[in-house]
Amino acid sequence: MKYLHLVVANLLRKKFRTILTVGSFATALFLFGLLTVIDKAMGSGGGVAGADRLLVINKVSLIMPLPYSYLERIRRIEGVDDVTFSVWFGGVYQDQKNFFPNVAIDTGTYLNVYSDIRIPENEWKDFLADRQGAVAGRDLANRFDWKIGDRIPLEGSIWPGVWEFNLRGIWEMEDKSAPSSDFYFQYKYLEEQRPWGDGTVGWYIVKVDDPAGSASVAAAIDGGFENSPYETKTDTEKMFLTGFANQIGNIRLIIVSIGAVVFVTLLLVTGNTMAISVRERTAELAVLKTLGFSGAGVLGLVIAESLIISCIGGIIGLLLVKLLTMRGDPTGGLLPVFYLSIEAMGAGFAISLLMGTIAGLVPGMSAMRLGIVEAFRRV
Amino acid sequence: MVRLDCSGTDCLVQVRNLDKKYYRGNEVIDVLRGTNLDVARGEFVAFMGPSGSGKTTLLNLVGGLDEPTSGTIAIDGELINDLSRRNLTRFRSQYIGFIFQMYNLIPVLTAFQNVQLPLLLTRLSGSERRKHVETALDIVELGGRMKHYPSQLSGGEAQRVAIARAIVTDPVLLLCDEPTGDLDRRTGDGILELLKRLSKEFGKTILMVTHDPRAAAIADTILHLDKGVLVEAQRSGEAS
Repeated sequence: MKYLHLVVANLLRKKFRTILTVGSFATALFLFGLLTVIDKAMGSGGGVAGADRLLVINKVSLIMPLPYSYLERIRRIEGVDDVTFSVWFGGVYQDQKNFFPNVAIDTGTYLNVYSDIRIPENEWKDFLADRQGAVAGRDLANRFDWKIGDRIPLEGSIWPGVWEFNLRGIWEMEDKSAPSSDFYFQYKYLEEQRPWGDGTVGWYIVKVDDPAGSASVAAAIDGGFENSPYETKTDTEKMFLTGFANQIGNIRLIIVSIGAVVFVTLLLVTGNTMAISVRERTAELAVLKTLGFSGAGVLGLVIAESLIISCIGGIIGLLLVKLLTMRGDPTGGLLPVFYLSIEAMGAGFAISLLMGTIAGLVPGMSAMRLGIVEAFRRV
Repeated sequence: MVRLDCSGTDCLVQVRNLDKKYYRGNEVIDVLRGTNLDVARGEFVAFMGPSGSGKTTLLNLVGGLDEPTSGTIAIDGELINDLSRRNLTRFRSQYIGFIFQMYNLIPVLTAFQNVQLPLLLTRLSGSERRKHVETALDIVELGGRMKHYPSQLSGGEAQRVAIARAIVTDPVLLLCDEPTGDLDRRTGDGILELLKRLSKEFGKTILMVTHDPRAAAIADTILHLDKGVLVEAQRSGEAS
């Protein structure tokens, strides 16, 4: 600590340059933090998807329906443990910006397949007993401050009219960090009320006996409906969700590429700044060595300067991301896991430390090796 | 060849058969040749000679800032050629104070902080360091300008701060490379008076390089170098 004033004094020598360098680090770490948040948000579905679940959709498109009659045919295929189905409802709550997934489910089978959903038994019973009943995920209920017993109207976007639901339960995922932002209601209610589309479902979810045999089960399902009016496309839930995310490009690759370019650029900029800063102080460093500072001591001073810059910049950048993401998902449900985790902040800070060290290392080493007489002769 | 022999007295600096060569491509430049020198403790020695005669090189070698091509240098009985780089650095910080022509103060540090620099390498507490710095600045009569930055000081004041920095660790040997070279005559005289006082009152051994015969005249001994060879020794007051 007794050297701190020396390090700080050197940093304040060219205030504008120091501010710009701190700003570079802040910008880079802001970008890193934001990309990490987006990456996690985009990949969150894939992250929580069950390895033993297959998704069966219409081969033409996800939005095309499948016949209800497929339920029993799929159930009979070897390797299938259980099967359930859902229908995308697409209702709007109060305002278009309040988007969240709302889905009609087969109440008899849904929890068999999604055994990682947790809901109190009495709430589930109340849900089953009420044809207009619905259950909401914990994240969703918190978002709108819903309580059990609330009446929730949804404006239908596929099937018109205002659909009224009674909130009968609140569910969570077994893994508490997994998103719980979906709204489920009974398929029977949809069947009774919708003006068209009777006897169809959106997609089937199949639970397989053995995840290792998923590929053969998927092939058997698709093979069974080949050349029918409703051909199917079956994939693991994880692949499906990842593929869904990848429809807008290979997010991870884009993120890693941008991040790498930013950090390499940052390293060059900061390294150059530190090198200039050290070169400008050649005589002063020689004086320090003359007074008894060792080469390692001088190296330490240069790296300390670089580390202070990188740490302050890193903290500013990460705090900005934290502030930006504190209100959660900006898309109203598309990115339910939208926050900067402690782990990501830690990783960002570690990157700041690493970049700061590397940026200070090269000029620091040259300062360390600086010959005193040679340095005095040079200036 | 001049050899000051202080055998029988308390000898602080002993230089034996010192050679220093520089290499520029295939050309070999003999900067110092066969230099022998004894300096007694408390003695004030001035080195004079034309540019390129090896004065500053000799000072650098005695200060452990440069390595001789051959020969030995002993300070207070310690052969500094044999010291590792780390030990030499430590030795320098404890035994030697440096005063440069251009003061070489750190511009972003106050006078107090500049003087405190060598003490950062010691185990002294903050309050002990403060006491030492205040004492050193009082000796150079700048106790009232501790918080001033080098840019707020005159040349003479900056050199006094540099002297305070050189003496703050209480070294036995002060090496001064043209300490009045950048100062006007009157200010330079003040600095020379201060050096004389450090020698006589505080018992510091001083080796000073200078071009100025007036400056050299305050030393106990004046040594002349020419083309890397000590050619003449002269006691102060003697005609050369």
